[in-house]
Amino acid sequence: MVRLIAHRLAMSVPLIVVVTFLTFFLNSLAPGDLARSLMQGGGTEEQYQQLRAQLGLDQPVLVQYWHWLERAATGDLGVSFFTGERVTTLLNGRVGVTLTLMIGVLIVCLAAGLTLGIASALRGGFVGRAIDVMSMLGLIFPSFWIALVFIAVFAVWLGWFPATGYTPFRDDPRLWFLGMVLPVMSVALHSITNVAKQTRDSMIDVMGRDFIRALRASGLSETSVVLKHALRNAALPVVTVLGAIMVAAIGGAVFVERVFVLPGLGSLATQAADQSDIALLQGATLYFTLITVAINLLVDLSYGWLNPKVRIQ
Amino acid sequence: MSDIAIDTAAAPGAAAPEPTPFLWRLLRKPLALAALAWLAVVALCALFAAKIAPYDPLDQDLLGVKQWPSHEHWLGTDALGRDVLSMLIYGGAPTLIGLVQAVVVAGSIGIGLSVTSGYYGGRFDAVVNQIVDLVLSLPTIVVLLAVLAVFHHNMLAAMVTVGLLGSASMTRVIRSVALGVRHELYIEAARIGGLSDAAIMTRHVIPRILGPVLVQISLFAVVTVLIETGISFLGLGVPPPDPSWGNMIADASVNVNDFPWLLVPSGAAAALTILAFGLLGDSARDAAAEGWSRPASAPKRAQVAAIAIKPVSAFDPQAVLSLRGLTITANGVARPIVNGFDLDLKPGETLGVVGESGSGKTMTILSLIGLLPHGLHVENGAMRLDGETIDLRDEKRLRRLRGHTLGMIFQEPMSALDPCFTVEHHIAEVLDRFETLSRRQAHERVIELLRQVQIPNPEDVARRYPHQISGGMAQRVSIARSLAPKPKVLLADEPTTALDVTVQSEILELLRGLSMSRGMAIILVTHDWGVVADICDRAAVLYRGDLLECADVVDLFNKPQHPYTRALLKSNPHSAPVGEPLPTIQDTLARMREGDA
Repeated sequence: MVRLIAHRLAMSVPLIVVVTFLTFFLNSLAPGDLARSLMQGGGTEEQYQQLRAQLGLDQPVLVQYWHWLERAATGDLGVSFFTGERVTTLLNGRVGVTLTLMIGVLIVCLAAGLTLGIASALRGGFVGRAIDVMSMLGLIFPSFWIALVFIAVFAVWLGWFPATGYTPFRDDPRLWFLGMVLPVMSVALHSITNVAKQTRDSMIDVMGRDFIRALRASGLSETSVVLKHALRNAALPVVTVLGAIMVAAIGGAVFVERVFVLPGLGSLATQAADQSDIALLQGATLYFTLITVAINLLVDLSYGWLNPKVRIQ
Repeated sequence: MSDIAIDTAAAPGAAAPEPTPFLWRLLRKPLALAALAWLAVVALCALFAAKIAPYDPLDQDLLGVKQWPSHEHWLGTDALGRDVLSMLIYGGAPTLIGLVQAVVVAGSIGIGLSVTSGYYGGRFDAVVNQIVDLVLSLPTIVVLLAVLAVFHHNMLAAMVTVGLLGSASMTRVIRSVALGVRHELYIEAARIGGLSDAAIMTRHVIPRILGPVLVQISLFAVVTVLIETGISFLGLGVPPPDPSWGNMIADASVNVNDFPWLLVPSGAAAALTILAFGLLGDSARDAAAEGWSRPASAPKRAQVAAIAIKPVSAFDPQAVLSLRGLTITANGVARPIVNGFDLDLKPGETLGVVGESGSGKTMTILSLIGLLPHGLHVENGAMRLDGETIDLRDEKRLRRLRGHTLGMIFQEPMSALDPCFTVEHHIAEVLDRFETLSRRQAHERVIELLRQVQIPNPEDVARRYPHQISGGMAQRVSIARSLAPKPKVLLADEPTTALDVTVQSEILELLRGLSMSRGMAIILVTHDWGVVADICDRAAVLYRGDLLECADVVDLFNKPQHPYTRALLKSNPHSAPVGEPLPTIQDTLARMREGDA
């Protein structure tokens, strides 16, 4: 197990390096740079070159990247081109909202996806068709469009939830919760059906295995056979799907945070891309990549927790 | 995009080259045609927008803003009074152009890489695989944001990036198909026949992977349309006021409070296009699969017209389990699997049920605890057990017998245990179901049971998982589990067949000992006369669902009544004369028939 985690962490190093270098390399192609934006159009060409040299921008990309990596390792991601604030300060202020959103998606997917999946594995028919229809709807409508429909129906028309904006938990837990419902549901809608389908398929597979018959023969209740034994054995592929969903939810967050005006990493990254705030975008990219790595690690840990064969080796 | 890739169980199994061309099968599907028709409409609209659109999409009419659909404006007007239909017609172009760019990039890289790496294999393949892994783990949106930060509003750069990222999953799926094709005989034959690599690829490999490729491209198109509209929606794509579906949704989002109608046309256009690609992918998958296999329809429950129900004799009052007239049928099979079976099991007795594979012996005991496999039904039958008469068709009633009245052990001990739980958990769980015990008491009982099935160092074994113990050990654990609720009768389905010879005799010894010490009756299903001779008091011989005879083991071996029993005994390898071919049942029956005549 320890070796598995070590392996996964080692494998994530190239990912982090590739993503950050890719953005770094892209940025070196950009017309404007930090020196230009710091001078805000003023100054002479000589002063500009001096500032470039001072900032290390005249060095080869690889050298610059190395310096960035060195600083990043000490927790210094530079300053925003636009506001001049430290990138880490900006990002740390935003990461909580995005993580809340993602955890919400995870909870909803687990609860609704597992319930629907098990129900359709056992009962088939109606629940299965409902999942198929929902899955189709979730697939064909973009998440940001679904988010807008949710706003039109549940916020504007029915008035159950606030349309946009974010209330910090400390200010008002109730409003915080209500404000997160629609964003979470918009991201989760399609993912729920993915979890449900995977749960259905792997439950049907496990329910046909010999040990289920043996457990039934030993007199255990059907509830315990299905919810404890079959579900536990069916869980591995579901966890894999959940991992993929959580990685995809990063993308969903970018759109949904924009729709609901949530102060998360996604809306910050969109804004940075819009303003070509390279340093900020670079930081956001690093954060997103770290979240991806963390998700993959969690998936591996749950493999170990769920499957004794992985744990004991 | 990974969440969509999961749905692609595209790769068809390996089989002979296809009978009808793939594209022809695809075009015969109505849904595929409808999807193609919609895509054609969108494409034609985008191409000839200037001719088709009723208005200039940029013409504002500030006096006629936010109109509902009307005769003049079929889909209404937006917040600036622009005609929604015209914007929709013009707005398809950026989506389609982006789609073509991304698909060309992803398709050419994906097909090129997968075919070459799948075909050549080896180190090249390994390197490609590593790169694919890495690209697959890149978060698409994040990379796109970085690209768009540098190349402002440059959709070409964005869509090429989407194509590059998408080529990874395309490579992954198509590669696995190409790998399968590589090993097929007709490819080998072509190679030996002296065809060049390039010719083999274009003539044999590429036609074969056309189906999976089309499935992948459709799924990729779904993702691409989502991303393209998404980028515009975020305001990073097509710069407004140029019409695009994403921009229209963004406009609609501003007016969602007072004029939500605007969401409908733009959303529907995007959704229908995505749906079209989804349907195209589904149809392509079906068409590809049809080439190799036709879907089998499940057999219906047979109309068993007239099963002559044998006259049921009275239950044997002495028996611990008395079974009468058990008849089991299978869906789609006219002949019953078990045909009017009577059986009496005396207290403490071990009864062997002997027969060939398919004689219905296992189904007989499974029916006693309501565990017949799907598609098999008890048509008729009753048993008297523990002073109570039970209808064998009443599965709910049978369910309540499991465990504490009827215990059961199975043929494959390793697959009878849940791989996720420890030995101790398996047994404690059953104890917990039938008794109220503290954790400590339960543990002591588990250890005691493990000791009874003669497991050395039970404390250690209790902590292990099924994959950490041997087959013989697993069978002992299964026996311990079935003993836990103290059943009156133990049903054993070939409990030693899957085990080593030495372990077999140990397990039989154990069963005999348990039967003696607990006074527990056992029904033992086997096809091994050695097992019968070893531990059974009586044996019943089954042939194709009919009970031929049931007698004391000594009598059965010495003077078998039924010719089939004689034949079955003759084909026992243990008693066969050395050096002579082992007679089959058919041989013996045939010889006897000649002798009789």
